[in-house]
Amino acid sequence: MNALQKLLGWVDARFPLTATWKAHLSEYYAPKNFNFWYFFGSLALLVLVIQIVTGIFLVMHYKPDGSLNAAGVPVAFASVEYIMRDVDWGWLVRYLHSTGASAFFVVVYLHMFRGMIYGSYRKPRELIWIFGVIIYLALMAEAFMGYLLPWGQMSYWGAQVIINLFAAVPFIGNDLSLWIRGDFVVGDATLNRFFSFHVIAVPLVLLALVAAHLVALHEVGSNNPDGVEIKKNKDPVTHIPLDGIPFHPYYTVKDILGVVVFLIVFSAIVFFAPELGGYFLEANNFIPADPLKTPAHIAPVWYFTPYYAILRAVPPLLGSQFPGVLLMGVAVLIFFALPWLDKSPVKSIRYRGPIYKWFLAAFVISFIGLGWLGILPATPLYTWIARGLSVVYFAFFLLMPWYTKIDKTKPEPERVTG
Amino acid sequence: MKLIKQLFTLLAFVPLAAAASGGAEIRLDKAPVNLSDKASLQRGAKMFVNYCLNCHSASYMRYSRLQDLGLTEDQIKNNLLFTTERVGDTMTAAMKYSDAKVWFGAAPPDLSVIARSRDPDWIYTYLRSFYRDDTRPTGWNNIAFDKVGMPHVMATLQGEQIAHFEKVKDHEGNEHEMFDRFELVKPGSVSQAQYDSMVGDLVNYLAWMAEPAKPKRMQTGLLVLAFLAVFFVIAYYLKKEFWKDVH
Repeated sequence: MNALQKLLGWVDARFPLTATWKAHLSEYYAPKNFNFWYFFGSLALLVLVIQIVTGIFLVMHYKPDGSLNAAGVPVAFASVEYIMRDVDWGWLVRYLHSTGASAFFVVVYLHMFRGMIYGSYRKPRELIWIFGVIIYLALMAEAFMGYLLPWGQMSYWGAQVIINLFAAVPFIGNDLSLWIRGDFVVGDATLNRFFSFHVIAVPLVLLALVAAHLVALHEVGSNNPDGVEIKKNKDPVTHIPLDGIPFHPYYTVKDILGVVVFLIVFSAIVFFAPELGGYFLEANNFIPADPLKTPAHIAPVWYFTPYYAILRAVPPLLGSQFPGVLLMGVAVLIFFALPWLDKSPVKSIRYRGPIYKWFLAAFVISFIGLGWLGILPATPLYTWIARGLSVVYFAFFLLMPWYTKIDKTKPEPERVTG
Repeated sequence: MKLIKQLFTLLAFVPLAAAASGGAEIRLDKAPVNLSDKASLQRGAKMFVNYCLNCHSASYMRYSRLQDLGLTEDQIKNNLLFTTERVGDTMTAAMKYSDAKVWFGAAPPDLSVIARSRDPDWIYTYLRSFYRDDTRPTGWNNIAFDKVGMPHVMATLQGEQIAHFEKVKDHEGNEHEMFDRFELVKPGSVSQAQYDSMVGDLVNYLAWMAEPAKPKRMQTGLLVLAFLAVFFVIAYYLKKEFWKDVH
């Protein structure tokens, strides 16, 4: 027994190091038929790490201070430009972080879509899905509060508009929005509390949720593109699923390949188009926040625009915007109900009938269409299109118990189909 | 509650405002931005220090960074600095921020990142679109920025021009005044072509100053992508090697 093995034995007697490694990696059996769509879970984890590491370095130089410096520029805004110019590689750290925010939503949306097409939310994986949706909510809060920190015009007025949505809640609305803001307008108090939430409170919640998401996943085992349970067919002697392969090394080496491809796309944006035509960094956000000058066109960042379009599409009731706010909230929260709305006898899209596929296609079109409309100014025509697409969006969920039941499914195979 | 109501009213007007600004847009001339033209950037830096920096700061931009444009520290000290400044200082306007606010109503904006919030083509058009307008307190107006507070600081170079408008009817039959052309009524110290080229240098400089790290960013990006391309080949064969026994 060499010294290293001895040390490992010493640790294992006191901490389940080898056991954890085995349970989650070298002896965690994942289905062998994962396809393209299965890269995005590990990529989401990668982006989380990128955001935390770059975030640590940004906090070393960023100053959450809304007061004006001698040149008349808010200190927070100036400190971001200080990072971009005077901090060694600061521009890189900042662009990694700003691009990472958008990348996070890209991979999370694709990861969620994977779960939808292969029925990964179905029994026995409802809790994995629920943890996932809470992660998505936490991520939205994280992104929203982070977006205020550069203290540009879009940061400021975006926050002003979104916080005021809470004011539409009947009876307690005004007090609620005042409580969130910490002042009568978005100001230094808001900036400081958002900073605190963005750098510690929400990341802590996110990390705990990601851990819960993975623990729950490794408890029941991964779903796969066929939507059949690999644990039903085990080797009688070893009790290893016949269609399972150890996560490490098979999926670690495969995920490395995914990581490289992701990094190629990610780096191309970071180094050659960090603003991505104004979708990742908006031109208006290079103007310092000015409480007295409202920009002509306020739009949230692209990843919120589907919900923003729904909010704008709902007409006010008795002069109150609350119905729009409510429907926007329901549009996000309805994902929680997915495991119970789906009554299909099969999980995967491969064995579903045509009705489901049509509804899914309509849902994808409505989500992308609403996202696009949320970026544009709301003309009467666009508002009517947004209303139509909102109906489609909700129909996908609300009619699901009905259309998944009557849809003609194909028989599922006994084993995965490679 | 009042504020919230106002905000929502404001949201309701967003489409109108956007439509209004969309209708009044002018044709922009293409700015000759070329970040690898060091001579143009140096001329632009000189223009910036001479004409802009009296009122506008570039308070995130250090003089020493001009070394990226091929200038030496001594050249910067002798040609571009005010007497009391040091080369490590940021570019601060001669005019005090608090004074400017009183004199102009609004302080001239910091120009460090102006080329990121404004299209360089717009700045290039704007700086060439001042015209005489006696109804304005400064005596100047601008086609690209109606009722702008800034006077034409480069009038000695460009000269003075007046604007001609023509009446046009839109599809609803309403008459509008549309800009037609400029007429030079008092020539400046340089020709129009020279003036355009000088403004071109200045805009080129503003574009560079908005993100001095950009050239290095592009350079680094090529290295990173080259590394990732090699890594991709390795990762591809690594995966293939491991997966050959999975059936």
